[in-house]
Amino acid sequence: MKDMAAVTADRLGLHGVGKSYGATVALTDIDLTLPSGTIHAILGENGAGKSTLVKILSGLVPPDQGEVAIDGVTVGIASAADALRLGVATVFQELSLIPDLSVAENIMMGAAPRNSFGLIDRRGEARQARAWLDRLGLRDIDPAERVLALSLAQRQLLEVAKALATRPKVLILDEATSALGSEQVATLFALLRELRAEGASILFISHRMHEIDQIADACTVLRDGRHVETFAAGSRSHHEICSLLAGRDLAQVFPPKRAGRTGEKVMSVRDLACAPRVRDVTFDLHRGEILGIGGLEGQGQHDLMLALYGVIRRAGGSIALGDGPARIQAPSDAVNAAHRVALLPEDRKVDGLLLSEPVSRNIVLSVMQKLTRFGIRQASVERDLSARMIERLRIKVVEGGEMLVGKLSGGNQQKVLLARLLALEPSILLLVDPTRGIDVGTKQEIYALIRELAEAGASIVFLSSDYEELVGLCDRVLVVYGGEVAAELEGEEITDQRIIQAAMNIGTEGARAS
Amino acid sequence: MKVFTSRHGRLLFGILILLVMLAIYFSVHPRGVSIRVVESLSNAGASLAFAAVAQTFPVLTGGLDLSIGGMIALTNSLASVVLTGSPLQIAFGFVLVIATGCLCGLVNGTLIVYGRLQPVIATLATGAIFSGLALIVRPRPGGDIPIELGDVFVTSAFDVLPMALVVLAVTCGAVWYPLTRSRLGRGIFAAGSAPEAGRMSGLNVDRSIIAAYVLSGLFASFAGLFLGFQTLAGDATIGVPYTINSIAAVVIGGVALRGGAGHILSAIVGAYTLRSINSILLFSGAPPLAQPFFEGVILVVAVVFASLGLMRQPNRLEALR
Repeated sequence: MKDMAAVTADRLGLHGVGKSYGATVALTDIDLTLPSGTIHAILGENGAGKSTLVKILSGLVPPDQGEVAIDGVTVGIASAADALRLGVATVFQELSLIPDLSVAENIMMGAAPRNSFGLIDRRGEARQARAWLDRLGLRDIDPAERVLALSLAQRQLLEVAKALATRPKVLILDEATSALGSEQVATLFALLRELRAEGASILFISHRMHEIDQIADACTVLRDGRHVETFAAGSRSHHEICSLLAGRDLAQVFPPKRAGRTGEKVMSVRDLACAPRVRDVTFDLHRGEILGIGGLEGQGQHDLMLALYGVIRRAGGSIALGDGPARIQAPSDAVNAAHRVALLPEDRKVDGLLLSEPVSRNIVLSVMQKLTRFGIRQASVERDLSARMIERLRIKVVEGGEMLVGKLSGGNQQKVLLARLLALEPSILLLVDPTRGIDVGTKQEIYALIRELAEAGASIVFLSSDYEELVGLCDRVLVVYGGEVAAELEGEEITDQRIIQAAMNIGTEGARAS
Repeated sequence: MKVFTSRHGRLLFGILILLVMLAIYFSVHPRGVSIRVVESLSNAGASLAFAAVAQTFPVLTGGLDLSIGGMIALTNSLASVVLTGSPLQIAFGFVLVIATGCLCGLVNGTLIVYGRLQPVIATLATGAIFSGLALIVRPRPGGDIPIELGDVFVTSAFDVLPMALVVLAVTCGAVWYPLTRSRLGRGIFAAGSAPEAGRMSGLNVDRSIIAAYVLSGLFASFAGLFLGFQTLAGDATIGVPYTINSIAAVVIGGVALRGGAGHILSAIVGAYTLRSINSILLFSGAPPLAQPFFEGVILVVAVVFASLGLMRQPNRLEALR
């Protein structure tokens, strides 16, 4: 098959493609060609530029530079509809199904059969959807069922069926197997091989090394938005690939790690489960410790943080604070417990700050109640507190405490949010990606602050999608995979290599499935 | 069958409530069951049914149309002016009234999609404008729509089938059938269910949202016309109660206020449920001025009942969104 395919022109070609979001460069000068009838894997860490690549090819964002060619013809892909018209179908990581529409309506979205009036033939639609469901081994799903009634794995397979139903020339799978079991993956791979035999090109993006070993003809590694290397599948060992993925030096300065032993237990989490992403998590948090939470996107680590704060209801397990019976059922429990818990949310603009309010108001927001006298706010006490925080965190407010938060830079906004948490004097801090989208200088200040807090006796759970931070800052790291703790690393064990291995589950599951 | 009942559960529940209400209605009605009683209930509920159908499309997109009362007032006032003279003139009048309704909806849709206004704000403002225009067209209630024309729509065909229901069925079917079999219609559902997913799937969600508001205008004009046939006149203040009642009707009938899910039959069922409740209250001697009180209570109960499903959402933040 591949020999025959080699005769024809390249199905997909990228020439010098680049994309920036403001000052952040997501992708630079990418060259990539996919011959007809090949499966090409793209590998890269979080933030390596994979999703930007997918978005460009599926018409969700336009590239700043370079061009995309299909069958040797340069094309402009300005919308998702354009991409589908050109024969590029994408199986998205965050699903593109419409929950309130039926299974059949979703699968046949781009390829519904029409009657002579140009209207969708619903019976034909249901029949063809039935055929796709059977091919994917989903025999017990009724095409008339609404998608919202299905499980995550079933939805992911529907997403594949929806893309295949358009009979694409180029198929992109972005983490399309993350929710699938090994049997379902095997079914999917059989369909992909069929499609390859028909001459389509497939771009396969996955974090699972053993799947790439099974299905890919060639691999490309991206790092920090750049093309690192393209090689034939099987020509590199897993260890070589890991160093290609990581390959960089620790450029940032981290504060020195804790010297002594950690203190007593302040939080114990046992068999924690939250539908659908957190399956079974057990760990202890100690006084004065920075505990890192790592892993690939979507393995349940974000839900875990929200569950620790009581935002997501638990399906099973327990969270206990200290030795006492204190249990967290809702955010109010977390905030008011003897070991006060505070959460720094993922999206500071949506879940955290009042952008059109002054800095001082934002800082005192959580403690306003306590600063009142006979229920009346005391402006001077609030002013003192916010002034202290502004100084302590070195928040750059050119207009003083009355400056609106919306006018600050991202780094300073994050500091304001941190200041609000610190005003609560918490003993446990849950930080979700606190340095995301922040300049290097401010990052260093935040690292130093976190370490300072830990040394003063606070316990910190630090979720980061940047492995460098986990290595540089944390005393202990839990790597989450598939809703469970895949590895617990401590001291010298915390290295880029070890985290990547655990995050991709190389060694354990890889051995089992292949 | 299980899939059918789970998918249309809210509609089936709505129909059940309607049947109960109709049973009570006919048992308390002083004249009992007769074709005249059926006809009068059909006519009494028809304009609200059209208004509720009009409300259904914006609600499906996850929006709301607060200009329905204004559009009804404007089209009703216009109808009382132009539906007169020779048959050709009357035919032209029909086209003019319906086109006006559609144009009102197009203005709403354009403001919401391209002006990026919140549907509630946009339609609140345009509703006031439409009401104002209605007063210019018809400063005082009046007009002379020919009684022969009105009678065509408010009597019963062959003395068994109320024309109001026939017209409702034909117009709703002619819109709903193609809509649920086209990408334009799927886009309306996608807009309320998962607009980003719809765009990623290549649907033109913006166009669908505009279409939903145009359809809202279309059915509001039907309501305005029907009120004209009932009263043979126009009244620029006639639309006021229809905005809130159309929302109550779609919720009672089972259209999800969050958008994305619902059936056109729900709107009709909800409208007639609300109308029969009103009549039952009237027959049982409740003071007419207390009607808004009961309407409000019914709306609150219906909305609370409809949102019980949110309690099952495990993520508190998501449940509030």
